[in-house]
Amino acid sequence: MSDLDDLYQELILDHKRHPRNFRDMPDATRAVDGHNPLCGDQLRLFVKVADGRVEDVSFIGVGCAISMASASMLTEAVMGKTVQEAQQLFADMHDLLTRNPSGIDPAELGNLGALAGVHEYPMRVKCATLSWHTLDTALNTDDDVVTTE
Amino acid sequence: MTVSNEPMTSPGWDVTSVRRDFPILEQSVHGYPLAYLDNAATTQKPRVVLEAMDGYYRRDNANVHRGVHALAERATGAFEAARESVRRFINARSTREIVFVRGTTEAINLVASSFGQRLREGDEILISAMEHHANIVPWQLLRERSGIVLRVVPITPAGELDLDRLSSLFTPRTRLLAITHVSNALGTVNPVRELIAEARRHGVPVLLDGAQALPHLRVDVQALDCDFYAFSGHKLFGPTGIGVLYGRESLLETLPPYQGGGEMIRTVSFEKTTFAGLPHRFEAGTPDISGVIGLGRAIEYLEQLDWDAATAYEARLLEHATACLQDVPGLRIIGQARHKVALVSFVMEDVHPHDMGTILDRRGLAVRAGHHCAMPVMSYYGVPATSRAAMAFYNTFDEIDRLAEALRYARELLA
Repeated sequence: MSDLDDLYQELILDHKRHPRNFRDMPDATRAVDGHNPLCGDQLRLFVKVADGRVEDVSFIGVGCAISMASASMLTEAVMGKTVQEAQQLFADMHDLLTRNPSGIDPAELGNLGALAGVHEYPMRVKCATLSWHTLDTALNTDDDVVTTE
Repeated sequence: MTVSNEPMTSPGWDVTSVRRDFPILEQSVHGYPLAYLDNAATTQKPRVVLEAMDGYYRRDNANVHRGVHALAERATGAFEAARESVRRFINARSTREIVFVRGTTEAINLVASSFGQRLREGDEILISAMEHHANIVPWQLLRERSGIVLRVVPITPAGELDLDRLSSLFTPRTRLLAITHVSNALGTVNPVRELIAEARRHGVPVLLDGAQALPHLRVDVQALDCDFYAFSGHKLFGPTGIGVLYGRESLLETLPPYQGGGEMIRTVSFEKTTFAGLPHRFEAGTPDISGVIGLGRAIEYLEQLDWDAATAYEARLLEHATACLQDVPGLRIIGQARHKVALVSFVMEDVHPHDMGTILDRRGLAVRAGHHCAMPVMSYYGVPATSRAAMAFYNTFDEIDRLAEALRYARELLA
């Protein structure tokens, strides 16, 4: 079962069991719903941006281990980053998760690199990218809903 | 841990021998023998079906009902022989009542489009809370076109129709009861004879969605006395892209055509077109000839099986699967009707169905994870999705034991 271990690494399981920043944010500057209709994965991502910086980021929702862990790890990764840095992280994660082979070295992404294993599971890539698309929508558009199909 | 001591075979049913008829089942997936438990999504095809379709393209390929050459005669003969096989299989009175369509979905859309033309604003269609989207959305589209009203028979927590509520849902404006014979998400077998009897008392015709019923139950449309019966070839061990709408002849005769084009006409001029008789009036364009031939062969394959033995075997598979899965910590079976086909839908604490699907796949177990095109059923149970093990007569007790073991592993891994 070693291949399953690539997907469900201990770090990912830890975020699935204990999601970080899993909370509502009444004073968020943006709240965007991400929905994957094929899986039923559904989350709401909150960001509070001030002076070009992500001061706070959180999420609530239901979904599979991969979508929940990815969202949880996202909040840790972009907390305190500038909007520009967060946008670059989205671009890197999008490349890592959707391009095979990816031009991104997972080792350079720290904890987020643990999500690279999703490559071997094409049906699960959208689970991992949902929160990142939601972040991209929150930072770059006025839309309140994003769906991945 | 429940360990099965059941033998691979069952009285009168030699599953080992039956499995040899299905070449696809011989493979390994991720290093494990394939255990195909996704039969409610589509069934596997016996070798004879593959050979019939291949043989048609190799020897007989020609358009049907047109040419007078030898190939056209052979193709037409095989095509209409398949229609007769379908008629015999569901005991329709006449092949005029057997309309070939792409599948159950198109069959229901045909009725919504054609029968729907006679409906007026305020007329009512009665469906149930356990319908597949294929028996919901066509009526919603009709509602947008014509202002009809959709009424819904509720279900109980066990996953059965709430029959106490049925009678009160019929009104003088009810024009059709359109309801599933067997639920694809729950496995429930509905009491269709009672439903039809009730509809008759109100003078309402009945459409049954038989997509999930025919793979498990023998159906006699005359004994049932239903007006429409829709089913798909690919869930019946035949090919994809072909299905059947059975329609009572006296009713079909009164309905306007569905699509226009070749095959469905008698004469065409720019002033006036006269339409062909039944069933061709509802079959515009060149049909899926190889699909029809494959479906006919699948039905002949089913007819030579010992169906009583197959049914008894499936009942034991269901009993075994229910017992094994109930025993798995954290697992909840969704749909516990008294009368079910061999299908178990379930959720597990802390393990999302999509993770479950991936974990089981890596052990060679093919199950469905998702909403099963029955989102209202998921809403009713308050779950976004379920996992579903849908069995056929070629599944084994050993496969069920492997499933139960993998479910325990999934929980250990993720919980």
